[in-house]
Amino acid sequence: MKLVVAIVKPHKLDEVKAALEAFGIQGLTVSESSGYGRQRGHTEVYRGAEYTVDLVPKIRIEVLADDTDAEDVVDVIVKSAHTGRIGDGKVWTVPVDDVVRVRTGEHGADAL
Amino acid sequence: MEGTVTLLTTYLGGALAADVPSDTGNTAWVLTSAALVLLMTPGLALFYGGMVRAKNVLAMMMMSFGAMALISVLWVLYGYSVAFGDDVGAGLLGAPGEFLGLEGLMKDTTSEAGGLPALAFVGFQAVFAIITVALISGAIADRAKFGAWMVFAGVWATVVYFPIAHWVFDFTVTDKASGKVTHTGGWIANNLAAIDFAGGTAVHINAGAAGLALALVLGRRKGWPATPMKPHNLPLVLLGAGLLWFGWFGFNAGSALAANNTAAVAFVNTLVATGAAALGWLLTEKLRDGHATSLGAASGVVAGLVAITPSCSSVSPLGAIAVGTLAGVFCALAVGLKYRFGYDDSLDVVGVHLVGGLWGTLAVGLFATAAAPAGVDGLFYGGGVDQLWRQAVGAFAVLVVSFVATLVIGLAIEKTMGFRVDGDDESVGVDLTQHAETAYDLAPVSGGAFRGSLPGTGTPTVSGTGKGRTDQEVSA
Repeated sequence: MKLVVAIVKPHKLDEVKAALEAFGIQGLTVSESSGYGRQRGHTEVYRGAEYTVDLVPKIRIEVLADDTDAEDVVDVIVKSAHTGRIGDGKVWTVPVDDVVRVRTGEHGADAL
Repeated sequence: MEGTVTLLTTYLGGALAADVPSDTGNTAWVLTSAALVLLMTPGLALFYGGMVRAKNVLAMMMMSFGAMALISVLWVLYGYSVAFGDDVGAGLLGAPGEFLGLEGLMKDTTSEAGGLPALAFVGFQAVFAIITVALISGAIADRAKFGAWMVFAGVWATVVYFPIAHWVFDFTVTDKASGKVTHTGGWIANNLAAIDFAGGTAVHINAGAAGLALALVLGRRKGWPATPMKPHNLPLVLLGAGLLWFGWFGFNAGSALAANNTAAVAFVNTLVATGAAALGWLLTEKLRDGHATSLGAASGVVAGLVAITPSCSSVSPLGAIAVGTLAGVFCALAVGLKYRFGYDDSLDVVGVHLVGGLWGTLAVGLFATAAAPAGVDGLFYGGGVDQLWRQAVGAFAVLVVSFVATLVIGLAIEKTMGFRVDGDDESVGVDLTQHAETAYDLAPVSGGAFRGSLPGTGTPTVSGTGKGRTDQEVSA
């Protein structure tokens, strides 16, 4: 099993979610996060004083997937989150030892 | 000017003239105006509160609410006497014991048609004292001890505001029949004859100079100016600016102390100068920084209100547009001064209130027209520099006295009880460390429980016994 982690632009969340649903993903976890990549932050001006805001708001999406699906899930996210402009985000996968569904106690792929 | 003086003083001559019922229209307007002006202080609390970081918003607003609580009491006890008691020497101070506790002012002493009950005037002037004190707090955001602020507020009102209100707002009364002076007022209003309709000197220059002095006494916030300390809630700032504008109609038009033409002129000038100042500020920003900002709009509104305060009875509506536009430009430029000179006037009390107040007070000497209710021509209307120098002397005198007196009071508090919170408390935020509260609880899970007993019950809660909350408590 794999955990697919995606950092995307906040306004792309709905598209990514819809695309994952269409692909057949049953659930995901979303959290608001902030950070920066190569685009760095942006500048804000308050009463003439410029502030550099380094950490820009992002959405972090976490999806558990079977080993066989993981690459496709990554593709789905990358396609749906793409705008072509700097700051589109990153997607990565990490191996997962086990998954347990809390309600039933099922393990592994059955718990996805 | 003549009309204003007469109206300002009708309430005072009462004791000597035959009792006549008060004018209901005037009384209603002045009482309404007083309530409008009181609303300015919560408005200011929002204006200031939105500009600080989320960890300091309650402490910021509490400095305004603390001023409302304390100054209303001091005003009744002796403040009104110091400001509006009979002069005790050289136009500097009213007799502090004359109206102690306002005893003797409850009788209907209105003297003539158009007269106000004495307490209508007392109430109206009280709310001016409150907001002047509250204005200063913007200079010392994020780092003041609440107790020290309250001590400062009381001492400053007593030593600085009440006397200066006497200088500016207390007019000498002469009995028309006998020609005898029945009440002697303050020196700026009477001897100098500077025009300060609603308090450009007594309120804004005064608070601005005090803010500068306190910012110097307390020093810079940790990390200023390198660390970004951006406003945490601009909608609050805009709401506060809107409430200030609304309340300011009471401040300026109410200062006519009558429901009359002077009030109407002041009202329209207050409207248009403020709009023009917001335009002036936004235009300055757009040209300098590339964007017209919401904080700029809110700040421009306040700058315009400040500048039109002294001048709203003496300029025409077109003059008000000029005064307002330039106030917006000057103040938008002046808020940068603190970075150049290195003083942390956190929310720009100097840049907006001192500079705006100076400009508005001097603008009377430039833009005043005899066609306006005050009836004086300024430099641009062929009146020469006569009024201008009077304005300059009044402005400068209030600036210097307020600055020096505030420096002394501030240093005395800093050396004795300490004015500034310690470094760790400042880092954590003064909401939590000064008031044991936080402004926003947005987390779905906070893991809290009552400690000890609930107030008034004496019953220990479950958490007080070391257990978690029961299901009953959770469902309740």
